[in-house]
Amino acid sequence: MEQLISLLDSTIRVSTPLVLAALAGLFSERSGVVDIGLEGKMLTAAFASAAVAYATGNPWLGLLAGMFAATMLSMLHALVSVTYNGNQLISGMAVNTIASGITPVLGLAWFQQGGNSPQLDDVARFHEINLPFADSIANVPVIGQIYSGLLSGHCILVYLAFLVVLPLVTWTVYCSRFGLRLRAVGENPHAADTAGISVVRIRYLALLCNGMLCGMAGTFLSVYQTGSFIKEMTAGKGFLALAALIFGKWRPTYAVMGCLLFAFADAVQIRLEGVPLPFIGEIPSQFIQVIPYVLTVLLLAGFVGRAVAPKAIGIPFVKSR
Amino acid sequence: MKIELKRVSLAVASALMASSAFAAFAPAVVYDQAGKFDKSFNEAAYKGAEQFKKETGVAYRDAQISSDAQKEQVLRDMARKNMDPIIAVGFSYTQAIESVAKEFPKTRFVIIDSVAKGANVKSILFKEQEGSFLVGMAAAMKSKTNTVGFIGGMDVPLIRAFACGYVQGVKFVNKNDKVIQNMTGTTPAAFNDPARGTELAKSQFDRGVDVVFAAAGGTGLGVLQSAKSAGKYSIGVDSNQNYLHPGSVLTSMVKRVDIAVHNTFMDAKNNTWKPGIQVLGLKENGIDWALDANNRPLITPDMEKHIKAARADIISGKIKVVDYRANNSCPVQ
Repeated sequence: MEQLISLLDSTIRVSTPLVLAALAGLFSERSGVVDIGLEGKMLTAAFASAAVAYATGNPWLGLLAGMFAATMLSMLHALVSVTYNGNQLISGMAVNTIASGITPVLGLAWFQQGGNSPQLDDVARFHEINLPFADSIANVPVIGQIYSGLLSGHCILVYLAFLVVLPLVTWTVYCSRFGLRLRAVGENPHAADTAGISVVRIRYLALLCNGMLCGMAGTFLSVYQTGSFIKEMTAGKGFLALAALIFGKWRPTYAVMGCLLFAFADAVQIRLEGVPLPFIGEIPSQFIQVIPYVLTVLLLAGFVGRAVAPKAIGIPFVKSR
Repeated sequence: MKIELKRVSLAVASALMASSAFAAFAPAVVYDQAGKFDKSFNEAAYKGAEQFKKETGVAYRDAQISSDAQKEQVLRDMARKNMDPIIAVGFSYTQAIESVAKEFPKTRFVIIDSVAKGANVKSILFKEQEGSFLVGMAAAMKSKTNTVGFIGGMDVPLIRAFACGYVQGVKFVNKNDKVIQNMTGTTPAAFNDPARGTELAKSQFDRGVDVVFAAAGGTGLGVLQSAKSAGKYSIGVDSNQNYLHPGSVLTSMVKRVDIAVHNTFMDAKNNTWKPGIQVLGLKENGIDWALDANNRPLITPDMEKHIKAARADIISGKIKVVDYRANNSCPVQ
């Protein structure tokens, strides 16, 4: 039981940046703009937030800075691919390249620590929050264990992601006027345009939301998880989030489930290492490390079925004259 | 005009002199992927080079790589600039050194942590198992749960040797103690993934670990950080990392890469440099455990006594620590 809770606890923690990034990607892609720049935006946000949190000693200012930095890159992406109708893949790639180049350069110039940021002090970081009564009911079987082991003791960003951002995004996309327009613009921008909706405006707004969520994801990595910025610390998480988004057929809840699945595979992998299993014995670590990838391929190939992308995705909108 | 000419010729002469001095002795260090300031292995090499510069006033060059493909490139580049000797920090340079050393037979190459072939190559190895044994003892004596952890970087025999020595030290103190081991990954990037280090450490704490030894370069920073957050103990590696989180870092397994780099430069400067394999252990002061003001309160006099006794016994040969690399296996788990 304890092992299971620890496993699920780790799943939630590892999935949080993926969830935020996947939801960020959802806004952009649902509006018809491909976003392979998630990785770069997260990395930039991780750097900006760590730098500001280090300078000011305040993690919240760090978060703001991270969201701002990621939004700036989002706006660059929007400028190229919405205003000037450039190729969205290339623009996204450019965002990634800029991010992996500019962060160590600025880091080296500011901190002289080989492109990394200094370790943040305790006050400058986000910390685990213990929910009320978590300690007192920790010994109650099942409920107490789940409450104090699994639900309590996460960083504020984890609660924000699952309890605020996820419902808000779902509501926005499916129930709000903006969401309806967002989906319309992503499916058939010409029809939306005829109905009097500004495609450009909607896509800019979508990328604004995208940037803010990417900023949260990046901040989670540097200001909470490691307590400092390290070169290339996103390590492919942006692309993993993108995969989860496609895997979840561009729907918020499914995409989040995809993220949880990836994180779960990762958590299982950590715990299986060096543990002898009944009948099989100890599994070599190389084999275990392949689990998340094999799982992804299997699920994508067999179980998810056809993922239908928003129709207008990747196509620059040119108003017919 | 005359004065100007004189000044120019002076400048030329001094430049010539400088360049001849430069050509005569211009050492270089190249760091591996974890980077010069990993607060661990590479940083130790950097400190050694800085020490040499301070003592002799001879400048050195250094370079970092950002991908595997740059290894040969950067070595070749250094050799072309007549840098000599060139120290490559890290086992991942083995292949690159072997091929570049062949192309520049007059340049002296040094590799740390691995054996590379070549008449102009010196390989410096450390007996990591000996230091790991000592910190393993410290971990076992400090642990209240009788469960301690090990987090390695890339899964290679070198890191296995750390793990193996550590387990031997733990079992030396208490035969029934459990050691939970994790490797971060199977590529050099495993030495620079602190987020994963954090996660690995947390999973070990959930399984009852209360002292964790990180032999994982930059990844270890995440491990140390999460030990501090969780109120557990950690053990640093390569450089003395006690100062990173005083009160939480129990001790560090110090690998004197700085001394190795410093001595290599000195030998080369004094023309006493020799190719071949050099192995540094406790006896040669190449390996040690760190005890300073930062971890003084954590190490009880009793612990210190035992560790010091074991240290003396290893040096005298009374305790034999098995090297994983000898036949790629460890006698204890």
